[in-house]
Amino acid sequence: MLIARVIGDITATCKHPTHEGKKILLVQPLDLDGSDRGNPVVAVDSVNAGAGDRVLLVQDGFDAFTSVGHKLAPIDAAVIGVIDHVELVSGFEGVGAQPAAAAAAAAAPKKQNKKKNS
Amino acid sequence: MQLGRVIGRVWSSVKNPGLKGQRLLIVQPVKADLSPAGRCLICTDCTGAGAGELIYWVRGREASFPFTPEEVASDATIVGIIDELNLAGKKKEPAC
Amino acid sequence: MTLARVVGTIVATRKDPRLEGYKILIVKPVTPDGKDEAGYLVAIDTVSAGFRELVITVAGSSARMADGCKDKPVDCVIVGIVDGVSIDEPR
Repeated sequence: MLIARVIGDITATCKHPTHEGKKILLVQPLDLDGSDRGNPVVAVDSVNAGAGDRVLLVQDGFDAFTSVGHKLAPIDAAVIGVIDHVELVSGFEGVGAQPAAAAAAAAAPKKQNKKKNS
Repeated sequence: MQLGRVIGRVWSSVKNPGLKGQRLLIVQPVKADLSPAGRCLICTDCTGAGAGELIYWVRGREASFPFTPEEVASDATIVGIIDELNLAGKKKEPAC
Repeated sequence: MTLARVVGTIVATRKDPRLEGYKILIVKPVTPDGKDEAGYLVAIDTVSAGFRELVITVAGSSARMADGCKDKPVDCVIVGIVDGVSIDEPR
């Protein structure tokens, strides 16, 4: 699973029948410091996430199609949760991590954005 | 799934029997701003996508699911044609 | 799936018994306009591809869905010989 941010949504008339009635989101996977991690991914939504939300992204086929309730659907990525809060062990200096104070500062404006959206 | 644009097609007469009757399209993966992202690849298609269209495609074993019960040896399949990409309020109509 | 060109063969006497009788080829990925890309793949051949021929390879677990590769320990299979490639003009 990855942390990702919803950056947009997609409208498609002509698509596989198992995708019908589902929201299809464009999500950007994130590193722990909130920077982009690779290219954006198209994912099926199972939790009614909206633009700007930080979400949990699965990128395994089985996890993805079971979370949207379709067996053997051609789905390889799904949003399975909206993240309220991420806490990192203080002093952790792994790849892409940043000191807790900076992380809190970075998270604060995002929370405000989310409130405005909702 | 990932965004992509159909940029061409491939013809093959000698092929694995599982691929018989499948259209093989060349897809360039793209980023959110529709600029190219990485190498081109060949996708099978279950939507009837055509030249220049913005699509999204699925990779891995799931790529063969649209064709079940036929066993199609495909690791990338186009599963949707994008009409409209809505990027945080800014709407993008794919040129096609 | 990837476009690739056959650049070599591999001979292996001691291998998994399920791979016996299969041709093992070295292929190099190419762009649609025929330029070589970095890296190479080792693929099982199901279509009798020849040296320097442009082929289609399929990778990952889908490779085992190819005819004749069921329940075999393979993750890259040549599934087609390319007759032609067309690329649309950029607009």
